[in-house]
Amino acid sequence: MTVLLTMSGISKRFGATQALKSVSLSVSAGRVLALIGENGAGKSTLMKVLSGAHAPDHGEMTLAGQSYRPTGPHAARMAGVSMIYQELNLAPHLSIEDNIMLGQERFRWGVLDRAAQRRIVCEALAKLGHGDLRPETPVQELSVGLQQVVEIARALVSNAKVIVFDEPTSSLARDDVQHLFDVIRRLKSEGLGIVYISHFLEEIRELCDCYSVLRDGESVGAGELAGVTDDQIVALMVGRSVDELFPHVPHQPGDVVLKLDRLSGAHLPKEVSFELRRGEILGISGLVGAGRTEMLRCLFGLDETRSGQVTIAAYSPNRSPRARMAAGLGIVSEDRKTEGLAQSRSIADNMTLSRLSPYARWGWLNLRTRRQQVDRLMKLMEVKAASQDQFVHELSGGNQQKVAIARVLHQEADVLLLDEPTRGIDVGTKSQIYRLMGQLAADGKAIVFVSSYLTELLAVCDRVGVMSRGRLKEIRPAREWTEEEVMSVAVSGEER
Amino acid sequence: MSQTLNSETSSNWRSKWNVLSSLLGPFLALAGVILFFVVADGIKAGEDTFWTQQNFRTIAVSTATVAVAALGMTVVIIAGGIDLSAGTAIALCATVLAWGLKEDVGKFLHRASLAESSKLVADGDAQVKRLAGELKKVEAAAEPNDDTQILIKKLSEELEAEQAKLDVSRVELARCRFWTASVAVILSVLTGCFCGFLNGLLVSTLRVVPFIVTLGTMMIYLGLAKHLGSETTVRPILGSIPEWLQDFTSLLQKALWLGVPVGVWLMLVLAIVLSAILRYSVFGRYVFALGSNESTARLCGINVPVTKIAVYTFAGFFVGMAGLYQFSRLSVGNPTSGSGLELRIIAAVVIGGASLSGGRGSVIGTLSGAAIMAVITSGCTLLELKNPIQDVILGVIIIAAVCVDQFRQRKLVR
Repeated sequence: MTVLLTMSGISKRFGATQALKSVSLSVSAGRVLALIGENGAGKSTLMKVLSGAHAPDHGEMTLAGQSYRPTGPHAARMAGVSMIYQELNLAPHLSIEDNIMLGQERFRWGVLDRAAQRRIVCEALAKLGHGDLRPETPVQELSVGLQQVVEIARALVSNAKVIVFDEPTSSLARDDVQHLFDVIRRLKSEGLGIVYISHFLEEIRELCDCYSVLRDGESVGAGELAGVTDDQIVALMVGRSVDELFPHVPHQPGDVVLKLDRLSGAHLPKEVSFELRRGEILGISGLVGAGRTEMLRCLFGLDETRSGQVTIAAYSPNRSPRARMAAGLGIVSEDRKTEGLAQSRSIADNMTLSRLSPYARWGWLNLRTRRQQVDRLMKLMEVKAASQDQFVHELSGGNQQKVAIARVLHQEADVLLLDEPTRGIDVGTKSQIYRLMGQLAADGKAIVFVSSYLTELLAVCDRVGVMSRGRLKEIRPAREWTEEEVMSVAVSGEER
Repeated sequence: MSQTLNSETSSNWRSKWNVLSSLLGPFLALAGVILFFVVADGIKAGEDTFWTQQNFRTIAVSTATVAVAALGMTVVIIAGGIDLSAGTAIALCATVLAWGLKEDVGKFLHRASLAESSKLVADGDAQVKRLAGELKKVEAAAEPNDDTQILIKKLSEELEAEQAKLDVSRVELARCRFWTASVAVILSVLTGCFCGFLNGLLVSTLRVVPFIVTLGTMMIYLGLAKHLGSETTVRPILGSIPEWLQDFTSLLQKALWLGVPVGVWLMLVLAIVLSAILRYSVFGRYVFALGSNESTARLCGINVPVTKIAVYTFAGFFVGMAGLYQFSRLSVGNPTSGSGLELRIIAAVVIGGASLSGGRGSVIGTLSGAAIMAVITSGCTLLELKNPIQDVILGVIIIAAVCVDQFRQRKLVR
């Protein structure tokens, strides 16, 4: 068994955050390595270092016995490291052949050598067990699964030694997943080294030989998969203790204010039902792609609803965001940049945009009373800014998040849908947001709190539900869950 | 802590400076361009031909059509859209106005038609002249005796009666003119609103990008105008153009009011009203929010399709107004007179610091942008630079303005 690739002592720092701390990894020929970790554990950063997108601050890499220091993704590919991402990198209008040969065309005196290209392409496709694909077919006519095959063929043509698969199954149907596994096994028998990133333990069990676990940017364990149980792996992934970060404000559940009855979206979520009471915080856990965000968006009327009923405070409003807001829903989007906030508008505009009526008479605004209100909100939320006229994009992430939450407060929503409200913000602000959530609950508001950070969910919420593959699997009071149990429900992905 | 405070204060200062510079930037550029031509003209001619009241009046009038339409375009561009149909829509509005005057649209609302009333007036006029002539002849030729006395008395009575009838006809004609002009002007402005409404409706319901939709309607409006004018220029009946509309953009001394024609004042009033709407109205907030981030607007419960239709219809009103200016300057309705105008309009908005990706733009910037273009045209003419050179200079200015703006934006994001 020859070692193809080694990464040792890799460190990478972005500003104040240490994304990777002396991480080590080795990939052998003809083996599949599972790279495991929670969201934000540093898997993506590590792979970006491997593919040359980021240069490491410290550490050494070797590829096939030689020192390996890629200057960029193209250099990495030429050296023999190819990446297959969740989102495919294909030019949809070009043919299979053109896509595979893109950037590595065979030509003679400036004229494409079609015959040679075709031979290479067919050879690569045959190696992957897809010799039946016609090279002149436009890629957009292929299924997602076959598009993935095209991308893998491209890696083969560029003489890849190591191929990294970054959550390749999340957009695939069940049959396509099996095809992909067959393809990966073929690659393995060809003597390539494979890195396979996935959240799904059963996939890893089926496909991989060895594992390496990352947590908070550190390697916390590695070895042969045959020697460990699922529980041991989950414990390695989670392994954190709750500290005093989570202030507790006592609150009592009251009447039912929100009821979902088998709500289904166009794709996700699938038949989600739950009830939420005033003064209650409901946490929603699950992996990326489990349909948590989609569930909130359906609930708010932003995405298409296929079936199911939403009842807010005893009546069922229309499906438009406007009607849902009038009924008392408020949402904080997971993505502040592209959806949550109008970045090139002021704090005041962003806070009040969803409810300008208190300041408007005949369509004209009374800016003075609005100023007072915005000042009050900024004080309440402890927004650090020069003035309320400052543009939102000049604020730090934490302060932007406070503005987004302030908007929902200003809207006087009864039910707050918070999608990853603590992502990308510092610990102090997180703690402020937890306290605020407690206070809101004590004031009789109901909160749905979606987060990928299990520790905060279990510490802050009254009840926690776990979603997997679009379904809400199980809801329990928070104290009856352990992190391991949540993770094992989240990765139990039957029925794709 | 003190460090964060410090950085917050400096960002406060920076924020204010950004707002100030984005407001004053185009204004300063305008001042720079004017200064350049004053100096260049002074060196070349030795005397001031550029820095004269007369020249600035000319510039103000020549910028008005573009500026008024550019005000509407500013709203569309702030909301993240674009309107390529503005130019041909202006020509359509002007053609509708000319057609309205030609066809005497007032007769549908008022009992008499313009032609009939004019004929009555002309006949009456002739009658009065004839009687007056006869009267004079009788008075001059004959000696005063009873017969002639009686004849003179009869003639003067007749003359008086005719005179009274003529006065009535004159009033009637004035009414006819008023009705026709009013109806034609209202029709023309409504046409502008309708063009905008159609743009908005198509953009909202078809979900095709505004560039394509308005590229299509640009052709459609051109075709409609040509059809209305039977593929030629529409000439209103002589005398049916009301005086105020002739004076609207006229540079004759009698047309001036406080130094400039009324049209220029109207443009300024429209600009002030628009900037108040953008700043102090709910609609204004929605326009900015829509252009800054459509997803956020949706998230905040704004009815995006309806707001878009409102934006384009609102801009259509300004297109209709620009149609008035266009007609007033040409005094005929030329269906093809608007082709290419849309690019000058968009250029004015862009030079004024608006972002084509939406969310940014100002009324004062747009006015400055329109003025900069007019000043360059006028200045180059006075410097006897050839027309092709003017075009090149305008092109350079447009690119430079956008580059400066992007540079500022990039600095701002950092």
